Amino acid sequence: MRATFPIVGMHCASCAMLIERHLRSTPGVEAVQVNYGAENATVDYDPKVSTTDSIGKAVASLGYRAILEAKKDTSVMTKKTPEELKDEAKIAELADLKRKVIVSSILSFFIVLGSFPEWFGRFFSFLPFYELITKNYVLLALASPIQSWAGWSFYQATWSGLKNRAASMDTLIAIGTSAAYGFSVLNTFFSSYISSLGITTAMYYDTAAVIITLILLGRYLEAKAKSHTSDAIKKLLGLEAKTARVIRNGKEIDIPITEVKLGDIIRVRPGEKIPVDGVITEGASTIDESMVTGESIPVDKKQGDPVIGATINKTGTFLFTATKVGSETMLAQIVKMVSEAQSSRAPIQRLADVVSGYFVPIVLMLAVATFVVWYVVGSPAGGFATAFTNMIAVLIIACPCALGLATPTAIIVGTGRGAEHGILVKDAEALEIAHKTSIAVFDKTGTLTRGEPKVTNFAFMDNLKDISANLKWPIPDGMKIKDFIHGIIASIEKQSEHPLAHAVAVYLSDAPEATVSAFSAVEGFGVKGTVWELPVVIGSKKLMEKEHVMRCAELDRRAEDWSAEGKTLAYVGIDSKNVALISLADTLKNEARDTVTALKRMGVSVWMLTGDNEKTARSVAKQADIENIMANVLPQEKAEKVSSLKSPNLPNHPNQSPVVAFIGDGINDAPALASADIGIAMGTGTDVAIESAGITLLNKNLTSVISAIKLSRATLSVIKQNLFWAFGYNVILIPIAMGILYPVTGWLLNPALAAFAMAASSISVVGNSLRLKTIRIT
Amino acid sequence: MDKALVTVAGFGLIAGIYWFFFGKKEEAMEASVNLSVSVEGGYKPSTIRVKKDQPVTLIFTRKDPNSCLEEIMFPDYKIKKYLPMNTPVTITLPPPHKTSGFHCSMNMFHGRIEVIL
Repeated sequence: MRATFPIVGMHCASCAMLIERHLRSTPGVEAVQVNYGAENATVDYDPKVSTTDSIGKAVASLGYRAILEAKKDTSVMTKKTPEELKDEAKIAELADLKRKVIVSSILSFFIVLGSFPEWFGRFFSFLPFYELITKNYVLLALASPIQSWAGWSFYQATWSGLKNRAASMDTLIAIGTSAAYGFSVLNTFFSSYISSLGITTAMYYDTAAVIITLILLGRYLEAKAKSHTSDAIKKLLGLEAKTARVIRNGKEIDIPITEVKLGDIIRVRPGEKIPVDGVITEGASTIDESMVTGESIPVDKKQGDPVIGATINKTGTFLFTATKVGSETMLAQIVKMVSEAQSSRAPIQRLADVVSGYFVPIVLMLAVATFVVWYVVGSPAGGFATAFTNMIAVLIIACPCALGLATPTAIIVGTGRGAEHGILVKDAEALEIAHKTSIAVFDKTGTLTRGEPKVTNFAFMDNLKDISANLKWPIPDGMKIKDFIHGIIASIEKQSEHPLAHAVAVYLSDAPEATVSAFSAVEGFGVKGTVWELPVVIGSKKLMEKEHVMRCAELDRRAEDWSAEGKTLAYVGIDSKNVALISLADTLKNEARDTVTALKRMGVSVWMLTGDNEKTARSVAKQADIENIMANVLPQEKAEKVSSLKSPNLPNHPNQSPVVAFIGDGINDAPALASADIGIAMGTGTDVAIESAGITLLNKNLTSVISAIKLSRATLSVIKQNLFWAFGYNVILIPIAMGILYPVTGWLLNPALAAFAMAASSISVVGNSLRLKTIRIT
Repeated sequence: MDKALVTVAGFGLIAGIYWFFFGKKEEAMEASVNLSVSVEGGYKPSTIRVKKDQPVTLIFTRKDPNSCLEEIMFPDYKIKKYLPMNTPVTITLPPPHKTSGFHCSMNMFHGRIEVIL
């Protein structure tokens, strides 16, 4: 068995050699490689002889530490995943914060009571120990645990930062509270000496204690709220099935999902989760894919259709071959993409990034300046006491955390919310741009339309009934002539693999079957064959002319009308007579018109881009209520056409460069997706990582485009509120804490109130971002 | 007299704070293939020089309990990793590299990736 684990405590390459030598002599260990650079070890060992513990102890005996964790349910030695370690650390951190908040709150309560006997003496004099807690030595005893135990983490962070000549939020709190606490200690022991220097003696134990308590309470609430920002990833990970029923050696066995291999045949029963991605080899069913693609209507699947891991089988039992396992599955790709998007930076964040780099040192300088100015002003308004409290208020009120949290928390919640609806955002920048969309360009085939032709009209020659007797066709007894012709067409078309032939065969699926002989496909024109000993040709007008089929004036008139609507025509010639005409078209998706209307209502101009001729394009655009079209566009010209819309001064967008979104299928449209300001790839099967698309929609429903834009608008609105609040908070409250309002209103900010406002600002930013979880985007 | 003293001391302190935080020289190291980075009150080294087209592996070990430093982010590489205490965490940055920054989850501590020829 092989295990790789980190080793802590190595200082040089000789440490690695020492550990290697020692482990090699440990019973059961077969091979060892210790890497000093990577600070880890790889050990091959016999699990019958050696255990996790013995290897860990062998390393520990040399003074190093092996980070080994054994999972309870297996004998396999594995280290915990970073997520597990993070969860453990978070739970411990929350428990620690809670304990400190409770103890500090109780102590602070008595400190505040004892610090202001002139206010509270009347109400709390019934307490037998009230007199006692007004004594400075007792206040010191009550405040010291808060300062040294509850506030220890501030000192720790400050010290490690200062060693690196860096400062953080903790630096401000540590300096602010230490000044208050330290000055009070001096006053407790040397009050007469300090008075003799002309400095007003005052106690600030209450200030230091309340600040630490409130900030810890703020951190506790913030940590709790922050843990919910990444719920979407946890939810996605939770979707994964735990086991799979695999057929091996003719037997069905349940195995952990991690052991499923490519090519495994897996059985799925009704109500069960599909464990990995694959293709159905036997059976059929209806599958609920909503948890992955956001598509609310269950999808019918049959042999040959792909299935997605983590979706739920509703009705039938089927077998499928695993085609993607482990990190290759669609779910794993989605988690990866969401996690990457959450780690990216939104351009709107730039200013906050720049400010936070200079923030803390500047606040430290402002605090010193505040002290100097108020001290110099002197009494009655200024003097030492005012200068001192104002300096502490400046240190405490400054909140770089809110600036740091404003954008990332909204991006994390926003991208997670999108993933729940099958909207995958590539990065924060894509999410930021999407809200500005002013032109939406839809590719026609496969995006606005279903991408597969359907029979839209079917007509027989007008006097078919009258001439049927003269035709002398071998119509079986009791069968009507129309059914006879339907049967001939369906039987011939079933022989062909052409999409148009398939559409006709589907349309006539109820027609009676007949035997076809001498079938052949006439490349680019149609098909021919013999049925009921009658020669049959189905295809274009040219094929009819080539085969000398007698035309029907009524059908030719219809052909003109249907062709004008942009439809494709298939003439049916039986026994050299044109007896029927079929028109086919790629039909619009049901939701296309509503989507276009909704986009227009949102102020977005809608365009359609297609390789079809102008006539066909106009016909489809009219049905979808799109006025702007670009027809006859060759595939290689799509990107250029999309770029041309980005130029300013288009009729509806005077004096501005519009933001263009291109919505395509993600495979053939890569250059156009990349050339747009925001590329939106639709329904790409099991491939989620479309490099050229900023947003990938996992379902084929066009309304997801609206949802994506709504999500972007909501996220940006939250980011702007957060930034406004975070910047506004600091820009307004720091000068107030400095005492800028004093000359006008006589207001000065109490440091304890400053601590309350500071704690509230971070929580409000995180809380505002969490609102994105509940907004309606569908 | 005391006011003058406080004013002079105050300005001196402000200048000292400016020098201490903004006057430091960033510690830079070249990462040829891999490089260990210590996370303690910031990142050591804080400037990492990399070759433009060569993948580089950074091994971060957090020795600082400050929760601010518990996550590291490379926004230009779309990488975010949790750094457990005293546990080496490997982060591989794929090329091509460009000069960019990395920082803790709260954006309080910063480091830089610099490209060398």
